[in-house]
Amino acid sequence: MLRKLLTALVLVSMVAVFFALPVLAESLSGKVEVNSWWTAGGEAEGLNALIKIYESKYPDVEFINATVAGGAGTNAKAVFKTRMLGGDPPDTFQVHAGHELIDTWVVPGYVQPLTDLYKSEGWTNSMPQGVLDIVSYQGDYWSVPVNIHRSNVLWFNKTIFTKYEITPPSNFDQFFEVCDKLKAKGIVPFVMGTKEGWEAGHVFESVLLGKLGADDYKGLWTGEVKWSDPRVTDALETFAKIASYLNTDHSALTWDEAGQYLLKDKGAMMIMGDWTNGWFMSVGFEDYGWAPSPNTAGIFLALSDSFALPKGCKNQENVVAWLKVLGSKEGQYGFNKAKGSIPARTDVDISDYNDYLKSAAKDWQKDAISPSVVHGAAASEGWSTEYKDIISLFVSKPDVSYAQKALITAAEEYLKK
Amino acid sequence: MKIPTTRILIYLILVLFTVFYIIPMYIMILTGMKSFSEVGLSTMWNLPRSLNFESFRLAWLGSAKGGFRGLSGSFLNSLWLVIPATIISAIFGSLNGYVLTKWRFYGSDLIFTMILFGMFIPYQSIIIPLVLTLQKLHVYGTIPGLILVHVIYGIPISTLIFRNYYITVPTEMVEASKIDGANFLGIYRWIIFPLSTPGFAVAMIWQFTSIWNDFLFGLIVTPNPASQPITVALNNLAGSYIVQWNVQIAGALLTALPPILVYIFLGKFFLRGLMQGSLKG
Amino acid sequence: MRLKRDKLMPILFIMPSVITVGVFVYGFISWTGFISFTKWNDVLPNYTLIGFENYRKLFANMRFQIDLRNTLVFTVIFVISCLLIGLLLAIFLDQKIKSEGIFRNLFLLPMAISFVVSGVIWRWLFNPGSIQLGNIGVNQLFEKLGLNFLTCGWYTDPKIGIIAVAIAAIWQFSGYTMALYLAGLRGIPIELREASAIDGADKWQIFYYIIFPLLRPITFGAIIILGHISLKIFDLVVAMTGSGPAFSCDVPALFMYDTTFRGNHFAQGASIAIILLLLISLLIIPYLISTFRKEA
Repeated sequence: MLRKLLTALVLVSMVAVFFALPVLAESLSGKVEVNSWWTAGGEAEGLNALIKIYESKYPDVEFINATVAGGAGTNAKAVFKTRMLGGDPPDTFQVHAGHELIDTWVVPGYVQPLTDLYKSEGWTNSMPQGVLDIVSYQGDYWSVPVNIHRSNVLWFNKTIFTKYEITPPSNFDQFFEVCDKLKAKGIVPFVMGTKEGWEAGHVFESVLLGKLGADDYKGLWTGEVKWSDPRVTDALETFAKIASYLNTDHSALTWDEAGQYLLKDKGAMMIMGDWTNGWFMSVGFEDYGWAPSPNTAGIFLALSDSFALPKGCKNQENVVAWLKVLGSKEGQYGFNKAKGSIPARTDVDISDYNDYLKSAAKDWQKDAISPSVVHGAAASEGWSTEYKDIISLFVSKPDVSYAQKALITAAEEYLKK
Repeated sequence: MKIPTTRILIYLILVLFTVFYIIPMYIMILTGMKSFSEVGLSTMWNLPRSLNFESFRLAWLGSAKGGFRGLSGSFLNSLWLVIPATIISAIFGSLNGYVLTKWRFYGSDLIFTMILFGMFIPYQSIIIPLVLTLQKLHVYGTIPGLILVHVIYGIPISTLIFRNYYITVPTEMVEASKIDGANFLGIYRWIIFPLSTPGFAVAMIWQFTSIWNDFLFGLIVTPNPASQPITVALNNLAGSYIVQWNVQIAGALLTALPPILVYIFLGKFFLRGLMQGSLKG
Repeated sequence: MRLKRDKLMPILFIMPSVITVGVFVYGFISWTGFISFTKWNDVLPNYTLIGFENYRKLFANMRFQIDLRNTLVFTVIFVISCLLIGLLLAIFLDQKIKSEGIFRNLFLLPMAISFVVSGVIWRWLFNPGSIQLGNIGVNQLFEKLGLNFLTCGWYTDPKIGIIAVAIAAIWQFSGYTMALYLAGLRGIPIELREASAIDGADKWQIFYYIIFPLLRPITFGAIIILGHISLKIFDLVVAMTGSGPAFSCDVPALFMYDTTFRGNHFAQGASIAIILLLLISLLIIPYLISTFRKEA
C-alpha cells in the first residue's frame, strides 16, 4: 500500500515536473526589440494586441516597440537595411513575404532559417501552401507570416451607388461607363492619394492584373511575358484614362486622406488594399461596398507581412518566443481582427470578424493567388522601387511610350540577375 | 518732417520680417501649451484658453497605449553624444590651430586647405564606406561610434575656428618664448592655452549646436531606438499618423530647446562662430 | 637637436588629424568613387567594374533629371532671396534703429534650430488642409486676413512644391545672411561715408559706389556658404515633405539615400553622391584655391 502510494507520489511529482518544465523554460528576461512600420490606426492596434499577449506570457522581458514611421514601410526598410549592413541588426523586423524577403535578406545570408520552429509549432500544417511558398527558399522557411492582405479591391460608396442605381463594374468598359455617369452628376468617380509615391503603383498593379490575367501578370515578373507586350501598353493607356477621372488634389493626399471623399459621399470608388477595411472600421464608416478591381474576379492579388530572425540578433530566445506568439492561433486571431486582415493560418476561427474579412477569407481559399509587386511579393526591392518611381511619374506625366520603355529597361536589368 | 516717413517704413518692414521669423516659434510654443480639447488643426492660430502641458508630457514620455515612444531617451542619447564629441573636437581643433598658425612649416597651408575641404563635402559621398568601416570597428549603431564620426567630421570646422582665433594672438609672444627656450608643448601649455578660452567657447558652442542638430549621421549610424539621437527620434515621431500634431510640435520644441538656450545665453559666441564658419579670418 | 625636435613636434601633433581626414574624407570619397564604377546594385557587394554605366543610367533616369531641375530652382530662389533679404535687413538695422539688438536676435534665432525641427513646423504651417478641415496653417491665416488669392497647395502642389521647401530654408538662413552683411557694414569706416557725403554724393550714390563694392567679398562668401547648403539639402526635405508628389520636392541627396538603402543600388547611389560632390566642388574648390593663394 505504502509502495503504491510512493509510486503514485513519484509519478505525480514526475508529471508535475514534466509540466512545470516548459513553464520554467518560459521565464525569459532581458529585452526584445521588434521593428515594424505599423504606426497607423488599425495596424498599430493589431501590433498592440500581439504585444499584450507577449507581455502577459513573458512579463520579465522588456518589449521595445521600435516602429519607423512611413507608409508601406518606405522609411523603415532603409533603416533596417542600414542597420543590417552596419552589423547592428534589430532582434526581428517586419518584411513582406516573397521576393522582398528572399532577395534582400535570405540570399545575401542576413537571416536565420526557421524550419525547426515551423516543425515544432506545426505551422507546416496550419498554414496553406500558398503562404509557405512565399516564405521558403531552398527547402527552408525564413520568416513568420502574420496576415494576408488583398491588393486588388475596388471600394465604393454604397449611398452613391444606390442613389444613381449603379452596380459595381466588373470590367473596364463598365468601369468607365460608371465614371462618365458619376462625373456628369458632379461626383468624383475615382479617388486616389499619391502623396507617398507608392499609391499609383498600387492601383496600376491591379490594372496590369486586369489586362493580363493571373498567369501572364506573374509572367511579367518571371520573364515569361515581355514588358513590350501590347497588353502592357493597353494597361498604361487605361491607367492614363483612369487618371483623367481623379480628384484633382490627389498629389496632396495620402490614401486614407483620399478615402475621406468616400466618407463624405463626394467620391465614389477607389482601388486600395484591404487595410482600407480596417481603416473604415476605425473611423466608424459602414456605408461601403467592395468588389474585385475591374477584370480581376477570381484572382487574389496578395501580400503578407512577416517577421524574420536576423543572424547575430542579441536576444535570440526572446525573439523566438515573439515569433511563436506571431504564429500562434491566439496571436493571429487578435492581430488580424484589429488590423483588418485575414490570418495566414487557415485554422483560426474568424466567425466574429466583419463581413468583408469573411468574404476575403473565402476568396483566399478558392481564388488564383497572384503576388503584389508594390508590397514586395512579386519582385526584388530594387525592381519594385523602380517600378514605383516610373508609375508615380506617369500619373503626373502620362507618356505611355516613355513609361513602357522604362519598364522594359528595368525588367531587363533585374531579370538578368 | 520728411525723415520720419522713411523711418516708419523701415520699422514697418522690420516688424513685418520679425513676424515672418517668429510665426513658427509662436505656433510651436502656443500649440504645446494648449489642452487636447482645443488643439484642433483648424484652431491653430487661436490663443490657448488655459495653460496645459499635456502635449509636452506625451512628447517626452510617449504613450504605450498610443504605440509611440517619447523623446526622453533620445534626449539623453543626444546629451551623452554631444558632450564628449564637443570637447574632443575642440581639443583637436585647438592643437591643429596652434600648429597651423604658430608652427607653420612647408606645406602647412596646403594641409589646412585640404582639411578645410572636408567641411563642405556632402556626407552622402562618404556614407557607404563609413557604414562598412564602423561595422569593421564594431562601433556601428553605438553612441561611441557616432561620437567618433562627429569628432572626425568636426575636425575641419574646429580647426578653422581655432586657426582664425590664434591668428589674433601676436606671434611675437611665441617667438620671444622660443628664444627664452620654451618648447612646442611648453608654449602651448603656458602661453596659448591660457589665452584660448574665447576660442574654446566659440568652437564648443558651434559644435554643440551642429552635433545636436545633426540628422544624417544619426539616421545612418544610430537609427536603433536604444541609441538614436533626438533629431532622428523627432522625425520618426512626426512621421507617425497616430501621433497628434500638437504632440509632434511639442516634440519639435523639446528638440529645439537646448540650442535655443545656448543661443539665448551664449549668443555672442554663437554669432562669432557663425561668422568664422563662413568667412575666413 | 632641439631645433630638430621643434620641427618634428608640430608635425607629430597635426598628423592624427591629417591622417584621419585623409582616410575619412579623401579615402572614403575615392572608395565611393570606386563603388560608382562597379556592378554593386544588389545587397551583396559586387566589385566587377562596369565603367560609366551607372552614370549613363543615372542621367537617363527621369527622377534624377527632375532632381537636378529642383536643385537648380531651389538654389536660385534660396540664394538670391537670402542675399536680398539679408542685405535689406542689414541696411535697415544699420540706420541707428531702436532696439536693434532685439530685431537682430530674433532674425537670427532660426539659425540655431535643427532642420528637422523646422521641417516639422513648416510641414504643418504649409499643410493645405483638406475637404473636412478646410484651410489650415498659413492658408487659414491668409483667409483670415482676406488674402485668399495667396492660398495654395504649397508642397503638395507639384508645380511649386520645391518653392515651399525653399521658403522654409530662407526662413532659416536669411537672418544669417543679414548678420554677415551687418558685420560687413559695420566694418566700413564711417569716415569713408562721411567723406563721400561731403563730396556731395546722395545716399543712393554712396551705397552704389562705396558700400556695395566693399560688400562684394561678403556676398561672394555668402554665395559659397548658401550655395553648398542648398546643394546638400537633405534633412529639411526629409522632415518636411519627403520626395513629394511626382518627385516635386525631391533632391539628389534624398534620391541617393533612397536608391542606396531602400532600392539596394549601392553603385547607383554612389554615382549620385559623386555627382553631388562634383557640383559642390565646382563651387568650393575655386574658393579654396583663391583663399589658399592669398595666404601663400
